[in-house]
Amino acid sequence: MTGDEACAEGALAAGCLFFGGYPITPATEIAEHISARLPAVGGTFIQMEDEIAAMASVLGAAWAGKKSMTATSGPGFSLMMENIGLGICTETPCVLVNVQRGGPSTGLPTMGAQADMMQARWGSHGDYEIIALAPSSAQEIFYQTITAFNLSERYRTPVLIMTDEIIGHMSEKVIIPPADQIRTEWRPKPRGRKDRFLLYKPGPNGVAPMPAAGDGYKIHVTGLTHDEKGYPAMSVEAQQQMMERLKRKILDNRDDIIMVEEHQIEDAEIVIVSYGISSRTSMAAMQQARAMGIKAGFLRLITVWPFAEEKIQALAQRVKGFITVEINLGQIHLEVMRAAAGITPCHLVGHHGGTIISPDQVLAKIKEAF
Amino acid sequence: MEFWRVPFDSEAIEVSRGIVYIIEDRCKGCGYCIEFCPKSILAFSSRFNKKGYHPPELLDHDICVNCHYCEIICPEFAIYSLPAPLEKTG
Amino acid sequence: MPAATKTRAAHQNHPLEDLIRSDRIPHIWCPGCGIGTAFSACLSAMKGGGRNLEKMCMVSGIGCSGRAAGYVKLDSFHTTHGRAIPFATGLKLGNPELDVIVFSGDGDLFAIGGNHFIHAARRNMDLTVICVNNLNYGMTGGQAAATTPHLAKTTTTTAGNPESPFNLPLLAWASGATYVARWTILHTRELTECIQKAISKSGFSFIEVLGPCPINYGRRNREKPMETLRLYQEQTIIRNNADPMDLDVDFKKKVVLGEFVDKQRPTCIESYDRTCRLPE
Ligand code: SF4
Ligand code: SF4
Ligand code: SF4
Repeated sequence: MTGDEACAEGALAAGCLFFGGYPITPATEIAEHISARLPAVGGTFIQMEDEIAAMASVLGAAWAGKKSMTATSGPGFSLMMENIGLGICTETPCVLVNVQRGGPSTGLPTMGAQADMMQARWGSHGDYEIIALAPSSAQEIFYQTITAFNLSERYRTPVLIMTDEIIGHMSEKVIIPPADQIRTEWRPKPRGRKDRFLLYKPGPNGVAPMPAAGDGYKIHVTGLTHDEKGYPAMSVEAQQQMMERLKRKILDNRDDIIMVEEHQIEDAEIVIVSYGISSRTSMAAMQQARAMGIKAGFLRLITVWPFAEEKIQALAQRVKGFITVEINLGQIHLEVMRAAAGITPCHLVGHHGGTIISPDQVLAKIKEAF
Repeated sequence: MEFWRVPFDSEAIEVSRGIVYIIEDRCKGCGYCIEFCPKSILAFSSRFNKKGYHPPELLDHDICVNCHYCEIICPEFAIYSLPAPLEKTG
Repeated sequence: MPAATKTRAAHQNHPLEDLIRSDRIPHIWCPGCGIGTAFSACLSAMKGGGRNLEKMCMVSGIGCSGRAAGYVKLDSFHTTHGRAIPFATGLKLGNPELDVIVFSGDGDLFAIGGNHFIHAARRNMDLTVICVNNLNYGMTGGQAAATTPHLAKTTTTTAGNPESPFNLPLLAWASGATYVARWTILHTRELTECIQKAISKSGFSFIEVLGPCPINYGRRNREKPMETLRLYQEQTIIRNNADPMDLDVDFKKKVVLGEFVDKQRPTCIESYDRTCRLPE
């Protein structure tokens, strides 16, 4: 099964019942696969007129009470930015998959890259926090899609899956466990008096319960700065309160959201930081370096955003240096540098896009830099 | 100049009488209700409301025919009519 | 001598009070703005149809008309500029039990959102789309829109609009809408009746409402609100089933109002269920 198909299967396993899509290489197969599967499980697939509409329809379906998603690649990701902002501001759970390809513009439609990582973080206007995951195999994208849905439901926010053309089109063995072995979460529903319900009054984890349209709560949902009731509130205080809460609900739950995988970090002097497809390169490079007697370790970011900066900060105190491996010209590298804060040298093994990075390039950098 | 609108249900309301209620503080003084009341019984009052507009007032409520036109043309939900108690009609 | 005017401090008795978020009234619309009347007609229609209001939602885009969603005491969604229709599409597909009404302006629905409009009509999404057409961008201070008459003055066409406007009912008809009507805010009863009909009818319904924007469009084109309403009365003609080609908005000639399209074809959802949900 390809990574794209595994993603679609993961979505179905998570309980996704709505997919609003628009064809784009190399993400099309996700739409194709799920469009054939959704009707049978009572879900709905619609191919919208563009990615702007696709993302808008995903938000609409989420407010109708459905788990909903879309999938796209670079140019479509750019078009979705507007309504990702609306999703964040209105705290709408949904999942968006970006099967990255070479850019900018139309770039390399059929060839992979990891060059939208900063766009994932900052692409919609204004300040915000976002959750983004990066799978490194077809099997992992299956599970990550479920995790993405769970996180989006738990934190009432859009969650991004930042995969790439290589994983999307690569065929690998994928084991789909029986449904009773898959943990799926659903947004908490409000209780108590409907007329007193406040759409944005957070519960203990910083997240407010969410009714669906038609539940009788007479909710108002707006992309304008709003108060707890959801009413537009044009003031510095309201802006500060809303923004702070949007930020806090993600950052205060960092420990729950941030997932990393550590390989031979304990005694490592050089730490390779990577994610997605490049983590396969990095794993191989780390093993080869060890075979050569170099104390290399590998930190794989499963959650890319929010960034695992405490982890890097802690490592920076004791390691000789970091090497970030990613198919772009230095994006997560900048984050590693920020977290390392000049204490430890940071190097990049990047690439303009279109192919994977070979372990040799990483090894060469290790030898050159240390 | 006078604007005439014959209400849809003019035959039915010919016999009815209405009482007009004005929520003065909602009025923004557009004058639509005044201009288009088929009985021309509304006029700007000399009072100011909270926002500084002159809300309308009824010149003669006895001839309000309860056609609701003022109510449905008002952009502000500021005026409406209800049927007058029966004994007052006729 | 004036008879005693009945005034009410308590607002609860306006017949639409239960449908408006009174805590947000007065609304932001300027004195004489036509949106309030169109909105009020829409609420009357929603209420009058005897449908379950709990399952009724309003979706708006951005602009003066886009604020409508913020004043209706039902599930209401104020989305991004131009995207009310695709958002509403997701909402309706997500829960087909909902009655979804899109209430927005001409700039929102036909310039930035034009693509979404024609596609929703083409696929016959079960939505009721109400467009308050005030011939310009009011919220941003009166710029030219896709509906601004040729040679009309706006802040971006101070010498007169060099372009020509859309004929909205023609566009809706050509795109496949199954219900199309046009009224002005003066024709409130007809408007209300048509909205009510559109809500209870399945399929894509489109109602254009001509309403004044006295503050921006009116002022620059020397039209006082009452004069605009006078045009609505004197320069309009009601012709149901008129040829959509004859529906240009040109007040130098007569502007045709009425119910232009009322037909039946399978909705997007019906067609999807029939085509895609084949028994295994
Ligand atoms: S209901 Fe209003 S418009 Fe109709 S007659 Fe009475 S005051 Fe005039
Ligand atoms: S129509 Fe409404 S807002 Fe306008 S003058 Fe009459 S009461 Fe006031
Ligand atoms: S600017 Fe124009 S459209 Fe906007 S509220 Fe004022 S009058 Fe209405």
